[in-house]
Amino acid sequence: MSLSPDMIDRAGAYRRARRRDARRAFALALPLLAFLLLTFIAPLAMLLLRGVQNPELGRAMPDLAAVIAEWDGAGLPPEEVAATLAAELPRAQEAGSLGPLARRLNFYLPEFRSLLLKTARRLPAASDDWRAALAAIDPRWTTPEPWRVLQRAAINPTPDYLLAALDAKIGPAGGIAAAPRDESVYVDAFARTIWISGLVTLICLLCGYPVAWLLANLPPKPAGRLMILVIVPFWTSLLVRTTAWYVLLQPGGVINSLLQAAGLVAEPLPLVFNRTGVLIGMTHILLPFMILAIYSVMKGISPVYMRAALSLGAHPVLAFPRIYLPQTLPGVGAGCFLVFVLALGYYITPALLGGAGDEMISQLIAIQTNQQLNWGLAGALSAYLVLFTLIFYFIFNRLVGVDRLRFG
Amino acid sequence: MKYKCGIAGAALIAGLCSAGAAQAETISVVTFGGAYEAAAKQAYFDPFTKETGIGFSLEAYDGGLAKLSAMVEAKNTTWDLIDLESNDAIAGCDEGLLEKLDLSTLGDTSDFIPGSVTPCAVATMVWSTVFAYDSTKLTTAPKAVADFFDTKAFPGKRGLRKSPKATLEWALLADGVAAADVYKVLATPEGVDRAFKKLDTIKKDIVWWEAGSQAPQLLADGAVVMVQAYNGRISNAVKEQGKPFVTVWDGQVYDFEWWGVPTGAKNAEAAKKFIAYQAKPEVLSQLSRYIAYAPPRKKAVELIDAETLKGMPTAPANFGNAVQIDVPFWTDNFDALNKRFTAWLAQ
Repeated sequence: MSLSPDMIDRAGAYRRARRRDARRAFALALPLLAFLLLTFIAPLAMLLLRGVQNPELGRAMPDLAAVIAEWDGAGLPPEEVAATLAAELPRAQEAGSLGPLARRLNFYLPEFRSLLLKTARRLPAASDDWRAALAAIDPRWTTPEPWRVLQRAAINPTPDYLLAALDAKIGPAGGIAAAPRDESVYVDAFARTIWISGLVTLICLLCGYPVAWLLANLPPKPAGRLMILVIVPFWTSLLVRTTAWYVLLQPGGVINSLLQAAGLVAEPLPLVFNRTGVLIGMTHILLPFMILAIYSVMKGISPVYMRAALSLGAHPVLAFPRIYLPQTLPGVGAGCFLVFVLALGYYITPALLGGAGDEMISQLIAIQTNQQLNWGLAGALSAYLVLFTLIFYFIFNRLVGVDRLRFG
Repeated sequence: MKYKCGIAGAALIAGLCSAGAAQAETISVVTFGGAYEAAAKQAYFDPFTKETGIGFSLEAYDGGLAKLSAMVEAKNTTWDLIDLESNDAIAGCDEGLLEKLDLSTLGDTSDFIPGSVTPCAVATMVWSTVFAYDSTKLTTAPKAVADFFDTKAFPGKRGLRKSPKATLEWALLADGVAAADVYKVLATPEGVDRAFKKLDTIKKDIVWWEAGSQAPQLLADGAVVMVQAYNGRISNAVKEQGKPFVTVWDGQVYDFEWWGVPTGAKNAEAAKKFIAYQAKPEVLSQLSRYIAYAPPRKKAVELIDAETLKGMPTAPANFGNAVQIDVPFWTDNFDALNKRFTAWLAQ
């Protein structure tokens, strides 16, 4: 049967109508998209971009940046480089851009800050041999390190932050070298963050699945009351709950006092400022996400299937994993994904309840942002965190179809 | 009808605006918070408000130049007056984050402790990092920094500030380095290794704190047996809450605390006026009544009564084994040592 012009016209009209609807829907969502772009995506992108930006030397001493980039890195740089440094240093100090540059260079080489500021203070007005003049101010200028640091600072965009975030750096020979053992924090921190998040997800799953099952299968009134017990802590402030856990878990706190009064323990148990405290706190706070995700899927499972299996002679213990469990997998997957990704970025709970060996990556990012003022490194670390999250998202999507997540 | 509403509305708005204009300026000040903020309010801010009518809006932070740097970069400085540690004051001045002050408004500054008046910041008090213990919980009293590191004679947890500053100095003092040589030793790689090795001996017993008020809290909760703290917070806990804490002054690491005016502050003039006001000996000496921090000028010290003087970091009885924090050393080496410290914490 061939298609009559009438039918083709209707198919085309249908397609046009669908496209019009889609355009209208997009137009309605446009303000929200613009808002998200402006307030969420743009600032995030700007911070991540900082992880590759290296503007300080170019801003403070542009000529030096140009000249030193041409140096091949062997031995000491030619007189021209020293002369340019001597010419631009006073200018940078006048303009006030020397301070931020000194701070940034101090990240590469300790005490560079004082070297630079001291040189700026003691520079002679004129000289025939600038290399000798600099050496006279401080002998460090006769070693290749300060010059190599300046050369690396001239490279923009730079891979140095991204490498530092993985405890590596560009060695003197030009290849990638690992940072010394007593300065390597980040790879361990990433591994620890993923491990703790995985552990918390597992514990939340084990605790949350039975609760979700109960919520989905109780009659409405008791289910409603149980739901309040899940939802109300969920709505309480995160900081309040974390602090409450501190009060409960501390050596002189409620739990230890009860255990000691009951005679079960002689000494107070170490429940806080260690991994135990972090796991307890994070599980408590992330549990409602897991419960609600699984509950929303369980609510939609018809009881007919279990009844059919039982009526056909299956033992309940056999029927449950073979009939009921597979149907809840999208909820389990969604809940696990949600809890895992949230746990990856956790800051307050590990900071308040954990010890020194439990630092998660967000705490290290916060140290770089708030204390060290090394926003380049903070941006690089954040970029890796976003990357890991995206990788896990794709893995989870493959495994359990996270796109089918619905919240009750 | 519409006309009348319009006129009435305009008159109301005009009245409100003029009332607003007649209101006094407010200086937005940020300090380390807690007991220090309360003491500064009583000693400095309230008398200044009474004299000039300029009010204060108070905020707290934990130190560091991060927020200030972000504000100046964004050209939106919301703070007018900032309370700084020494290395932040110096770094802030070098990086153009603090405005230059007109030191002539301070009058005769010859009796200030040398080094306590700089182009961008004026010292307001001498504070010290000490350690304290609960006298009801420990039978023998610890007397020296070495006791802080002695978990055999004094078992239990110790509280330390989560920063290499003062912590590394104490490790060296406890390892037998003389107070005068601490920074010489710390400047060498072997010295740094030595400090970390000493810290390793008590590492599993350390509870780390970040905010000043956490230190006396940890001691009060019984979470630690000895805690490193800012001396004023401990003396306040004793005075105001009657806690049975005892301060051990041996190995105290003392430092100045500074007032600075952030670049681009909206009420910079009022803030500078305040700095000149609080530098007067009679005002400076008031702080010691409320918290155990000493004024940095002789004329102000003379105005303090003998009883209060005994609790000061600078009192002769407390000053036996004191270390003045080496500001140039920390300004240069904080980044590198903090990196090593953070790595050591995680291992």
